[in-house]
Amino acid sequence: MNGIHDMGGMHGMGAVITEENEPPFHHEWERRTFSLFASLFVGGHFNVDMFRHAIERMPPVHYLEESYYEHWMHAFETLLIERGVITANELSGAVKPLPVPPETPVLRQGMVQAVVSTGGGARVEIDLPASFSPGDRVRAKNINPAGHTRLPRYVRGKVGTIVIDHGVFITPDTAAHDQGDHPQHVYSVSFDATELWGSEAPRKDTVRIDLWDDYLEAS
Amino acid sequence: MAHNHDHDHTEPPEEIALRVKALESLLTEKGLIDPAALDELIDTYEHRIGPRNGALVVAKAWSDLDYKARLLTDGTGAIAELGFSGVQGEDMMVVENTPEVHNVTVCTLCSCYPWPTLGLPPAWYKSAPYRSRIVLEPRSVLAEFGLNISEDREIRVWDSSAELRYLVLPERPAGTEGWSEEQLVALVTRDAMIGTGVALQPGD
Repeated sequence: MNGIHDMGGMHGMGAVITEENEPPFHHEWERRTFSLFASLFVGGHFNVDMFRHAIERMPPVHYLEESYYEHWMHAFETLLIERGVITANELSGAVKPLPVPPETPVLRQGMVQAVVSTGGGARVEIDLPASFSPGDRVRAKNINPAGHTRLPRYVRGKVGTIVIDHGVFITPDTAAHDQGDHPQHVYSVSFDATELWGSEAPRKDTVRIDLWDDYLEAS
Repeated sequence: MAHNHDHDHTEPPEEIALRVKALESLLTEKGLIDPAALDELIDTYEHRIGPRNGALVVAKAWSDLDYKARLLTDGTGAIAELGFSGVQGEDMMVVENTPEVHNVTVCTLCSCYPWPTLGLPPAWYKSAPYRSRIVLEPRSVLAEFGLNISEDREIRVWDSSAELRYLVLPERPAGTEGWSEEQLVALVTRDAMIGTGVALQPGD
């Protein structure tokens, strides 16, 4: 979707503000929020693409005003209610919470190190034909899907060169909407800064972005 | 914006803190989370996983050319040799700075970052200014970080739109010939592995 999250190339966001010796968390509520992600992911309540899309659907003003872990909280509340894991009345305390079915997986103490060091990659180990090869000239399609996509606006319609075939991965556009993994090749595509931003851009500079087969057409 | 004040408990808790508490209590009561596992996750990312992991990878690549070759052709496998695999580092690619190319990483659509090697991202990496500007005007942004890249060198921005995470292999500083891996680790900063910095020089 053409949301506020799709920030590449926007003006007006101001200077990059850094903090000396920044701690991982600034508040206790940030710690708790952070730790809920892995717990709920292991519980199978949503995938990472659903999570990102829940953040993308925030009202743009809230997205800009709220901090990073507030975005996460918004996504948890939205997804858990939408997916029927909790109800709004349970969350507000209006009704007594119902227990979940006993077979629901739960991240327990003692499982954490194994989960953290393994993760849950999006690579799919299957042999699928690739539409493009390194060296091919490709155009990022000019598409404007209303749902989730990982094709940012700043490369749409632009011509680049395939530099790496990364192999086969799950497609976020379908995975975010419970429409299956739709595995396909992902490529690193190199775009000249002058192609993206015009002739005033430095001639040598490039942006490399990872794009799925479906996002590309031959040029 | 998050309030940047110290937690003085005579003040009422912020609304967001209450929301987090409400959700955590509900999930605990429904049996969906184990609060002890949450504590263990926090401890892991606050104390055990951070940019020193990435610095060990870089220092090994600087001192062992066979390792460096493996790191640049199979980042995931070579990093796994040192034990730094896992969540948000399931598929890794390492990109090397050279006299011709300076690499810098971003995630313009959200805030993807290689957690097992760099820890959790700093606030600026997740911020609108960095995500909007680094692809459009990388030279201006890097200059604000104190890095002035010469016009005849390519700036190559890697936008991690997919589930691959990037780590920059900075150039080994001159004057470190014969240094041990342990000595080299101290020269590798987090920003050098994002590309908004370079390695420290001996004596820095």
